[in-house]
Amino acid sequence: MREELQNYSSELRMHIIDMLTEAGSGHPGGSLSAADILTYLYFQEMNVDPTKKDDPDRDRFVLSKGHAAPVLYGALAMKGFIDLEELKNLRKLGSMLQGHPDMKRIPGVDMSTGSLGQGFSASVGMAIGNKLDNKESRVYVLLGDGEIQEGIVWEAAMAASHYKLDNLVAIVDHNGLQIDGPNDEVMTVSPLKEKWESFGWNVIEINGHSFEDIENGFSQARTVKGKPSVLIADTVKGKGVSFMENQIGWHGVAPSEQDRINAFEELQGLTIKEGR
Amino acid sequence: MSIATRESYGKALIELGKENENVVVLDGDLSKSTKTAGFASEYPDRFINAGIAEQNLMGMAAGLATVGKVPFASTFAVFASGRAFEIIRNSICYTNLNVNIAATHAGITVGEDGGSHQSIEDIALMRSLPNMTVIVPADDIEAKQAVKEAVNIDGPVYLRLGRLGVPAIFDENYKFIPGKGTVIKEGNDITIVGTGLMVSKCLEAANLLENEGINARVINISTIKPIDEEIIIEAAKETGRIITVEEHSVIGGLGSAVSEVVSTNYPVKVVRIGIEDQFGESGNPYDLLEKYGLSMENIISKVKGLLQSL
Repeated sequence: MREELQNYSSELRMHIIDMLTEAGSGHPGGSLSAADILTYLYFQEMNVDPTKKDDPDRDRFVLSKGHAAPVLYGALAMKGFIDLEELKNLRKLGSMLQGHPDMKRIPGVDMSTGSLGQGFSASVGMAIGNKLDNKESRVYVLLGDGEIQEGIVWEAAMAASHYKLDNLVAIVDHNGLQIDGPNDEVMTVSPLKEKWESFGWNVIEINGHSFEDIENGFSQARTVKGKPSVLIADTVKGKGVSFMENQIGWHGVAPSEQDRINAFEELQGLTIKEGR
Repeated sequence: MSIATRESYGKALIELGKENENVVVLDGDLSKSTKTAGFASEYPDRFINAGIAEQNLMGMAAGLATVGKVPFASTFAVFASGRAFEIIRNSICYTNLNVNIAATHAGITVGEDGGSHQSIEDIALMRSLPNMTVIVPADDIEAKQAVKEAVNIDGPVYLRLGRLGVPAIFDENYKFIPGKGTVIKEGNDITIVGTGLMVSKCLEAANLLENEGINARVINISTIKPIDEEIIIEAAKETGRIITVEEHSVIGGLGSAVSEVVSTNYPVKVVRIGIEDQFGESGNPYDLLEKYGLSMENIISKVKGLLQSL
């Protein structure tokens, strides 16, 4: 299974590079850092099905770090929610694939996001609503580590533990970088574990590029009752494309044609066997 | 008898709670003031206190709407429309979710709390958002109906409610229709368009003017967006002059909305009565209304001035 996931995530990364090269703008770094987490969520963890996309009992996913839209769009296309061909229309006039996720346009998107912190707040509302209805379904929300500088994140974190939302799992894509520089130079976010714990969350620290770790993290989250769980996922911005890794410059710049060729060579090398 | 529209909201919510089990109410530690406390004691499971955190209050309301709940998000107007503005914009309006925002303590009649708490720009802010419906009920009967109708409106609704008691305008036979204004007094010399607690003052002013031989038409516009263009264009054609009256800044509210309709469709002179471009201050609500020009006397004087100017 992990081999299969590895192939999926390499394919997802190729879609991200492809999409962004075609679009000519967008955010590669934070999309690539979240690719393994999204792969696990969509191909292993979550109960979502493109043939029953409006199923009220489905699990929900909210990309609170909405600028990583390409990683979500790629996963939705690979899962069958949208046509793979659609990916080349990212950020183009009239396209369903807006620069940031738009739930009114894209099948499989549970919440429109992009303005940081707001998706997380909405995910707390979703989890409260599902609890009121005694639903088994779970709510997953991905945050950036820079994003948690937004005040609303901590308002929502407080509410999630107050309302004992054990049906909610947050994942912090902790790649350490934001537009202006390393998190801790721009505005200190550490210590992450202690911050979330003190807000009443069950904290699980994982390597966000190890499927074993990711699997263990989500499994552990399922066993914890009476409080929400957060996976602090240590990740590498630009992961999988060596010349993008840990480079702040690749936060919001699209790859050139040559970058695409170079990136594809590396990503094809990561594939364990021929794709799906 | 004078009843504050926040009281009407509290009562209507309890009835709604019984009729519709998906109705949930959120508040920001102000449930005794916003009058959601009654719903909270009746349906504690469906009452969600966000604490003093209005941004998350609105964000959670959006999330609840995505899973089929019918949220009423309540707090004071200044915090709802101001502090949480961008959450309302992006998580509620951009998404066109069925979130009902009940903003109480709107306008200058918050009184003694002072200018920091007097929301005089909320209509302008909310009216500028695509998909948003903006409703300002004039009295108890209209407010109760508006609360219930809000549930049937597709998309977000901003209900602007007051702290101060307001006299009855309508009787039990009145039917509030979203998007429809009401002529509450006929007349062809001039039109006075009012909203919210100023409607009763418009009516009083019109009655006094009648004794002086001036027949003013009085229109209640409770749905400021989408506004009833027809009733305004008709008034412009038939009376030729319009005065607007609102407990809100003269910039961006009812006066602006009416001016937009008139200037595009049938230009006539419009005089806007409201709070001039300034903040309020502490004081008794009635004294504040006088001081800031929201009085029957000022309406009468503006009507006479406008009639003389043409």
